[in-house]
Amino acid sequence: MSQSSTEVTRQKEQEPGTGGNFKTSVGARHGWDRFFTALVFAATLIGLAVLGVLLVDVGRQGVPVLSWHFFTSLGSADAENAGFLPAILGSLWLLGIVLIVAVPVGIAAAVYLEEYANDNWLNRLIEINISNLAGVPSIIYGLLGLGVFVYIFGLGRSILTGGLILSLLILPVIIIATREAVRAVPQSVREGAYALGATQWEAIRHHVLPQALPGALTGTILALSRAIGETAPLIAIGAVPYMTFLPEGLLSSFTAMPIQIYNWTGEPEEAFQNLAAAGIVVLMLVLLVSNAGAIWLRNKFQRRN
Amino acid sequence: MANPRRTKEEQKVTEAPQNRRDTKKGTGGASSDDAGASAFGMRIENLSAHYGSFKAVTDVSMDIRANKVTALIGPSGCGKSTYIRCLNRMHEVIPGARAEGRVRLGDQDIYARDMDPVRIRRRIGMVFQKPNPFSKSIYENVAWGARINGYKGDMDELVEHSLKQAALWEEVKDKLKKSGYDLSGGQQQRLCIARTLAVEPEVILMDEPASALDPVSTQKIEDTMDQLKQSYTVVIVTHNMQQAARISDYTGFFYIENMGDPGRLWEFDETEKMFSNPDRKETEDYVTGRFG
Ligand SMILES: Nc1ncnc2c1ncn2[C@@H]1O[C@H](COP(=O)(O)OP(=O)(O)OP(=O)(O)O)[C@@H](O)[C@H]1O
Ligand SMILES: [Mg+2]
Repeated sequence: MSQSSTEVTRQKEQEPGTGGNFKTSVGARHGWDRFFTALVFAATLIGLAVLGVLLVDVGRQGVPVLSWHFFTSLGSADAENAGFLPAILGSLWLLGIVLIVAVPVGIAAAVYLEEYANDNWLNRLIEINISNLAGVPSIIYGLLGLGVFVYIFGLGRSILTGGLILSLLILPVIIIATREAVRAVPQSVREGAYALGATQWEAIRHHVLPQALPGALTGTILALSRAIGETAPLIAIGAVPYMTFLPEGLLSSFTAMPIQIYNWTGEPEEAFQNLAAAGIVVLMLVLLVSNAGAIWLRNKFQRRN
Repeated sequence: MANPRRTKEEQKVTEAPQNRRDTKKGTGGASSDDAGASAFGMRIENLSAHYGSFKAVTDVSMDIRANKVTALIGPSGCGKSTYIRCLNRMHEVIPGARAEGRVRLGDQDIYARDMDPVRIRRRIGMVFQKPNPFSKSIYENVAWGARINGYKGDMDELVEHSLKQAALWEEVKDKLKKSGYDLSGGQQQRLCIARTLAVEPEVILMDEPASALDPVSTQKIEDTMDQLKQSYTVVIVTHNMQQAARISDYTGFFYIENMGDPGRLWEFDETEKMFSNPDRKETEDYVTGRFG
């Protein structure tokens, strides 16, 4: 670093452009460069530090509780017997439904909006709405689900209802992420395909989608992480505080990891607080694994491109 | 000031679209499975092209002879790319862009209402100004177009043959599985030429295919072009006067007289005439490098 900056200074003295119309203050500009490097690094540290403190705090409380019993037991009103299994399974069920419902619909909608939709008022309205929906508080989705899925469609306070609500919730995020990825594929790629006599669908299927996949996947997995951690809308439709049985099917009542954690933190006993901390550790680990998965997938597909 | 416009560009009397079928010289022993390819000429009448409300090219009429190389030259921004994209209905892919006038391939109007642009582009291939390989293997880059068009022959052979025609085979034969992106710019462009040849179109449009090429690969492409016109009709945009003079049989000069006007086909004739004694002063100035 210092070596290169002395080199720059030396060059500066010999630079023919010095004086004249240019005030060649490379040294000062390097100073600013270093200043902003430090600034952005500090900003990164702040975020990491806060997260680190939280993790240590929760880990100290929760890790001792993590045991075989914790992972394999049903819910209970009694802290000693209470386990996390129904919540874990419930979250997996929800995740499965979201994967099946939101991901294909979201990607298809994004492809339609980006590749097929004409620029007319209807499509513009849809676009604006999707952007707005991404910003709607999740509790509103819960209330909507309560009205539509529970009361109108009669699906009950079930896993299916929960999964559909979470699907709706992250659909805008998936659409927006996928659209961006699709838009980033250069027009010249499509034209190259057209020039060989490809139809629009062939160009999309074989070139646009594969190239957009890493970006779309990253956005989608981040959205899925959000769905796993989402609490408010599930509370709105009445997920069970603690389950003394395992979910049996789509119409079974259910609980999920964040709900269980939320309920445990509401209990006065210290033992429940520790259970909640343990639940948080598990939830964090799941999020960490899924986000790492997102990065891995993205790199894998990017390399292939 | 108004230059008295000539009534019509002096064009040679147009012949009926040819359907000549030359026997193909085998390329390096590879089977010449395109021996049956028969070329058509094209006839363009009063073609104008717009981007939204902006008119980029106006009133172009031109006959493109079968089995000949037609070069399009002219200063930057005079509408060569726009025009050549109109010839295989690629222009309309850009939102808001549209073309007016008539373009015929053989005796078919490619802008007829019931004409499918996909079918047209399959018959009139295009190589773009900027290399745009697919993010697939070199092999797949060449094979893909043939495959979606239902090629039934031996794919390995087709890939090899096309790459040889594009003068790329020797450089890539050991790494066909590598991504097309891993090639140099000039190699990518030759890959794009190979994939265009692989679908055996009747007409090949090339928009400055050699602008990213070094002299050696340019030479290879030009050699290829000489062979190509035995089975194809070729239209090529180029900024390189020597290239136009070397490889083309006919040359069209595009020109914008006053700033803000749309581009026009200023003169169109046999290449020899265009480069030795063109009818219009602007053409002469341009081909001799006095402006442009
Ligand atoms: N996508 C577009 N939208 C709007 N205008 C365009 C577009 N592409 C080209 N034009 C305009 O159309 C005119 C003709 O452009 P064109 O690209 O056809 O020129 P060209 O002769 O190919 O130039 P060059 O030799 O630099 O490639 C120019 O004025 C250009 O600004
Ligand atoms: Mg151009």
